[in-house]
Amino acid sequence: MADLLSFAVFFLTLVGIYAVLALALNVQWGLTGLFNIGIAGFFAIGAYSSAILTTPPSAAHLGGFDLPIALGLAAGMVLSGVIALGIGIVTLRLREDYLAIATIGIAEIIRLVLKNEEWLTNGVRGIAGIPRPFEHLVGRGQDVIYLLIVGMAVVVVYLAIERGRQSPWGRVLRAMREREVAVMAAGKDIVRFRLESFVLGAAFMGLAGGLYAHFFSFISPEAFDPMYATFLVWVMLIAGGSGNNRGAILGTLVIWTIWAGTEFLTNLWVPAEYMTRAGSIRVMLVGALLLVILLVRPQGLLPESQFVAATTSRRRRGDGGAAATEEGGPQEP
Amino acid sequence: MFQEFVQLVAYGIVLGSILSLGAIGLSLLFGILRFAHFAHGDVMTVGAYMALAFVAGLGLPLWAAFGLAIVGGAGLAIVIDQLVYRRLRRTAPVILLIASVGVALILRSLVQFIWGPDTQVFSQELEMPLRIAGIRLKPSQLNIVVGTIVLVVLLHLFLQRTRMGKAMRAMADNPDLARVVGIDTERVVVATWIIGAAFAVSAGIFLGVDTRLQPTMGWHVLLPIFAATILGGIGKPYGAIVGGMVVGIASELSTAAFPSVYKPAVAFALMVAMLIVRPTGLFGTPR
Repeated sequence: MADLLSFAVFFLTLVGIYAVLALALNVQWGLTGLFNIGIAGFFAIGAYSSAILTTPPSAAHLGGFDLPIALGLAAGMVLSGVIALGIGIVTLRLREDYLAIATIGIAEIIRLVLKNEEWLTNGVRGIAGIPRPFEHLVGRGQDVIYLLIVGMAVVVVYLAIERGRQSPWGRVLRAMREREVAVMAAGKDIVRFRLESFVLGAAFMGLAGGLYAHFFSFISPEAFDPMYATFLVWVMLIAGGSGNNRGAILGTLVIWTIWAGTEFLTNLWVPAEYMTRAGSIRVMLVGALLLVILLVRPQGLLPESQFVAATTSRRRRGDGGAAATEEGGPQEP
Repeated sequence: MFQEFVQLVAYGIVLGSILSLGAIGLSLLFGILRFAHFAHGDVMTVGAYMALAFVAGLGLPLWAAFGLAIVGGAGLAIVIDQLVYRRLRRTAPVILLIASVGVALILRSLVQFIWGPDTQVFSQELEMPLRIAGIRLKPSQLNIVVGTIVLVVLLHLFLQRTRMGKAMRAMADNPDLARVVGIDTERVVVATWIIGAAFAVSAGIFLGVDTRLQPTMGWHVLLPIFAATILGGIGKPYGAIVGGMVVGIASELSTAAFPSVYKPAVAFALMVAMLIVRPTGLFGTPR
């Protein structure tokens, strides 16, 4: 019973961290249609910034500076946002593919730096001893408190994005996604709106990274493999329903259950020597799931509300779905 | 000093050959299907491992395995296109992009499942480097450059001399106009996949010959290949060759100043510089 409880706390904490990532991606992709496949990079920036700032002084890596955890988390968000600003300025005025390629590039370079710059990050050996909040509380109590903190972060991020989505700002983002030319004609600076959305999403990804670092107390470049931090989040958002914040959270819960559940099953049944192969089957499963969702139910479990459709429905109904999607809408409602 | 420079340029031409072959396919596919094919690196990986299976499993010579792997890779690409991409062609191109990320994931884990995560090599034999005018190159590296030249000449003849090649250029130029004059666009798409996959498989095998085989080998060169594609002007196969050479040579030259692990960063920096100065690439027509 106690085991089950601590497993549940562990499981839900990770779901919460991934939910922040999925919500962050929902700002960029779901609302704005910006294709970021360098999530792992921003996640890592948040984790490493917070780790370096909050650990006690160490000879193994830069710092640490022994600062409060809240400051570490904030710094991770700011740094992630600044990097996103740099990439955004260069690529957001171009076709969407360029942003996708640039985000891969920046994630790859961040990964190389983390792995090779030992003075900064201690290389592949990683950073240990990252403080957890309320460390004087021992045992399970501390885990529960951490879960509450992560839960609060999810709620705050959710409310912030939901508020933004319904505001005039969010309406511009979605209108831009549906029909860029019309928004330009209305006199909106589309590059600026895109930039704001991209930077905001990246900052939340940085926050998720910080939460991850303080949860495990240890980080190494391996944890920021593109598979875990990028593709899983994409599948989560698309499965849940891009554009819908509740969908993002539901998708995270469903996909993480499948991902962790299959790991549990392979640990139970698969002999140790076949473990890496069983791991590849799990990845294949996630990839296949993504394709099936795109082909069968591209709108996800909880489709985006019809708000946008109400403003553009005449066009959509008028000339059939195909023409509307050709304009670049990420999905068919 | 000068000697070292020339040597690095020679290595750069070898790497550039491999990148060019990958970039040509990516560029052609972009021209016809209008999306960035993120599974391209993993098609390279699958091709290299298929050739390895023919060499190590069946004991075939590498050139025969090369041909068989190209056939296998082209077949695989057509199957994936018919199963996945064709059904998504009427949606926004960016949905195809996401789908290709899923395909990339499946291909990579398939390779890892069948051949395991460890690195492998085509041949254990030690090669004695040749000395040509003071430059050291392994015979296999020379073969890579010569093989690339042959493939590029074949591509040129195909694009300029055959009906299908002309149809392909027409469709890349203006898909609607191509359809109006009666070009069977679905056939052009299939032909593009055959050529794109054949070039990707060749690039994968060459990469495997030059270094070693690893399930993530294609994924790790995807960034330099995209850089080469953008440098040459996305959608322009001839530009892709130049882009590949520029990225390859710049990456190798950078090893004189930076640790060689940062080669992908050099490719990235070149790409970003290009996007700032001239987003349509060296050979693109400015809009």
